[in-house]
Amino acid sequence: MVHAREAVRLTQRKLGSGALEIIDRRSNPHGKNLENRRRALERARGAVQEAVREAVANGRIRDTGQGNAVTIPADALHEPGFHRVFTEGQRHIVLSGNHEFSRGDRLRRPPSGGGAGGGGAGQAGTDGGGEDSYRFLLSRDEFLDLFFGDLELPDLVKRELAATETTTPSRAGLSSEGSPSQLDLGRTMRHSMARRIGLGRPKPAELKEVEARIEQLEEERPLSDTALLELEELRERRGALRQRLNRIPWVDPVDLRYRRFAPTPKPSTRAVMFCLMDVSGSMTERMKELAKQFFLLLHVFLEKRYKTLDIVFIRHAETAEEVDEETFFHDPRTGGTVVSTALEEMIHVQRARYPAQQWNIYVAQASDGDNTTSDTPHAVKLLEEDILPVVQYYAYIEVAGSGAVIRGETDLWQAWRTVAERNAHLAIRQVTDRKDIFPVFRELFSRKAGTEVART
Amino acid sequence: MTTTGKGLLYQGADWNFSIIRDCYDAIERVAHDELGLDTFPNRIEVITSEQMLDVYTANGMPISYHHWSYGKRFASHENAYRRGLMGLAYEVVINSNPCISYLMEENSATMQALVIAHAAFGHNHFFKNNRLFQEWTDPSQILNYLEFARGYISRCEERHGQQAVERVLDAAHALQGQGVNRHSGSRRVDLRGEQERARARRLHEDESYNDLWRTLPQGAAAAAQGESEREALRHRFGLPEENLLYFLEKNAPRLAPWEREIIRIVRLIAQYFYPQPQLKLMNEGCATWVHDRIMTSLHEQGRIDDAAFMEAIHSTSNVIMQFGYEQGATSFNPYALGFAMMKDIERICTAPQAEDRHWFPDIAGNGDPYGTLRHAWAEYRDESFILQFLSPRVMRDFRMFRLLDDTRDPYLLVDAIHDEAGYRDIRRTVAATHDPSAWYAEIEIVDVDMFGDRTLRLEHRTQNGQILSENDMKLTLRGLADLWGYRVVLDEIDVPSGSVLATHESTPPR
Repeated sequence: MVHAREAVRLTQRKLGSGALEIIDRRSNPHGKNLENRRRALERARGAVQEAVREAVANGRIRDTGQGNAVTIPADALHEPGFHRVFTEGQRHIVLSGNHEFSRGDRLRRPPSGGGAGGGGAGQAGTDGGGEDSYRFLLSRDEFLDLFFGDLELPDLVKRELAATETTTPSRAGLSSEGSPSQLDLGRTMRHSMARRIGLGRPKPAELKEVEARIEQLEEERPLSDTALLELEELRERRGALRQRLNRIPWVDPVDLRYRRFAPTPKPSTRAVMFCLMDVSGSMTERMKELAKQFFLLLHVFLEKRYKTLDIVFIRHAETAEEVDEETFFHDPRTGGTVVSTALEEMIHVQRARYPAQQWNIYVAQASDGDNTTSDTPHAVKLLEEDILPVVQYYAYIEVAGSGAVIRGETDLWQAWRTVAERNAHLAIRQVTDRKDIFPVFRELFSRKAGTEVART
Repeated sequence: MTTTGKGLLYQGADWNFSIIRDCYDAIERVAHDELGLDTFPNRIEVITSEQMLDVYTANGMPISYHHWSYGKRFASHENAYRRGLMGLAYEVVINSNPCISYLMEENSATMQALVIAHAAFGHNHFFKNNRLFQEWTDPSQILNYLEFARGYISRCEERHGQQAVERVLDAAHALQGQGVNRHSGSRRVDLRGEQERARARRLHEDESYNDLWRTLPQGAAAAAQGESEREALRHRFGLPEENLLYFLEKNAPRLAPWEREIIRIVRLIAQYFYPQPQLKLMNEGCATWVHDRIMTSLHEQGRIDDAAFMEAIHSTSNVIMQFGYEQGATSFNPYALGFAMMKDIERICTAPQAEDRHWFPDIAGNGDPYGTLRHAWAEYRDESFILQFLSPRVMRDFRMFRLLDDTRDPYLLVDAIHDEAGYRDIRRTVAATHDPSAWYAEIEIVDVDMFGDRTLRLEHRTQNGQILSENDMKLTLRGLADLWGYRVVLDEIDVPSGSVLATHESTPPR
């Protein structure tokens, strides 16, 4: 019992018949049940995942994924057992709080059919129910992991992502010159010692010994011949030692080693997401709602991978403008549709505020596919020449009206399709119903495109 | 530092460890000298509310193995607590020696004193002295055994994988209600020896040959001698067997030794907790009565001030709240009914009325309320206690009435109320609902087809034609078949007529 050992034993003594021990456990590790909680979530993974996706579907874009409570139905975590149920026959129930009944009174059976408000005292678990649903508070990371499961940025995007660089200094070995604050003392002294040993620099202690002996001999006069000889030798030796000591320095500039830093490229962790939407008269509220779902998913998904994520909302009908989220989704507009205006606005904003070298740029466009015919060639040109070269990924979602038979191919669809054939990072999909949104999203981002799609 | 008699123990809500010690001493003096309680040594642990949630989750066990079901329980407790639907019980106590009580740091000084009186003396005395606990549980060893269990299960997870362990645990948990020896189990389990024996036993079983399974399908000649051999085999298996987990642990042919050990762990822990629900009313009644008595006594001695005493009364009255049927109550609050009955016994002993003398001639006016209560706490369980001591006075106070629920009638009939004619009927029914046989489905293993396909046959002896809840039954049966390894058949029998009401079966996936 680990915690017992850790606990501070405050008091322990004999008193009367029994001993009392008071242990303060407040500082013991908390969260004993984290592992159990993880297992419960794992067991109900399917239900939790569904709950998470439901929560996202109902949330606002910016609120999503801020750490959430999800509620999962009890049967996902049901613990069975053998229980009897009262279905027919006779039973007695004693209740309290009688104010008006006398023997022989008849009461209407409560509508639940189970008898007077459930079983008698202590009659456990009728038909295994009785449990409510369970609510788990998920951290942001848990939430998003469950939500996106096996989704990943496509390889293509990652490669481009690596190309957009900022640099940070990082350690890169040693150099023989540098600033004193970066001196690597250990290395320097190692070199110094090797040099001193190699060149035979005498030890100061050795010199001291010789000096002491000389002093001793000089004291003792008169000296014998042998002693005189020794003294002379010693004096000579002293001169040599002093000379060597002076000539060979303790630390020489050649010993010095400095930590070296080299600028290394780092992938940029900033991203901007452009939401482009057609708000012309032909887009109904329902279609906008579908588009919103998609934007929301992309936002949460990108947010999980980038430290800072900006969103730019651009709406367009005949003209385009940058607006805030509220206006973007809820302010109705009417009029014709000129897609190129939105693309121009996007290019304008991007060039002014989000240089491609420093930002990862994602674009999500939603439209019902209508466009003024004369505008389409211009839009294609903008897309292919100005936009696609700078963005990581461009997703186009075409929303169709409710129950509409997929009407042939719209102008925009045809145009974008030809572009998509030449550019792998332009993805185009059609969505007709809310339930399509997530599968389409998965399809765009699933790890191994082929197999994952088949599974959804 | 210890003041041996006079003066206030504390004032205000703040507490510190020396106050707790002083309170403990003062309470102990009342408990032992005045009430004559006999307790295990106490250990008091101060914990935070967060840790209290952990303690809750594990039924008060300080140590438990990992399982998702605890995570689920934790989530629902945590949730109810955070939303304010549930106040945390301010105390949890477990039946061990030394007796461990948990105090929450958020409690006021009065609450700490009350909890010490309630748990460290009330429950403690009950655990130590009640016959059922004495017979069934070994409080000195439970902590070691739980530690062993956790270690063993986590080693199994390392060796065999979490999934494999979970499969056994899930199936065994489902059978917990049928994993205890209800009638024969007078020998309490020696949990210490249990740990040591476990290793030796597994080693032996690993190495030795299991004779029972030599019985390969035999020819026609064998069929003739079948009947007597069958009988011998049934005898050897100890059939009929009500303890399903025990039977599986001993006889399931396809289990690995470590799987048997896990089943054993689940079974022994279930067995340990088996007495608790059938003593809940008495246990809580006893503890509540004791803390009420002790706090009153401390107040009389001038050791706590009026404010503290009011707080104690307030807290007690919250706990013993009994809602009527109109407020949706479908059962009795064990604290309320238990406390009321204890109070009532005290009253009958000291100030009986004519009615009490008639109903309780042996204790009415005997002048020894504490002795009478101690005797009751030691010798009874909820069902027999109610049958013996539920008085007309308490039935009137609770305004009890009895309903007859007959599914053939479109109405519920009031067939007894709290009057002279109804007292005994009501008492009998209240007692019956506290009888454990009313809660656990009576299921027995009746036969094993050792000469054929090893089908395991079970019987559910239904009561009043109440069959098992279908979905749960199917899931549980599937787990059972999985552990047994072969087909399992469950018949639901109507006891009086012997007719089979329903038959279910399950075959393990291959």
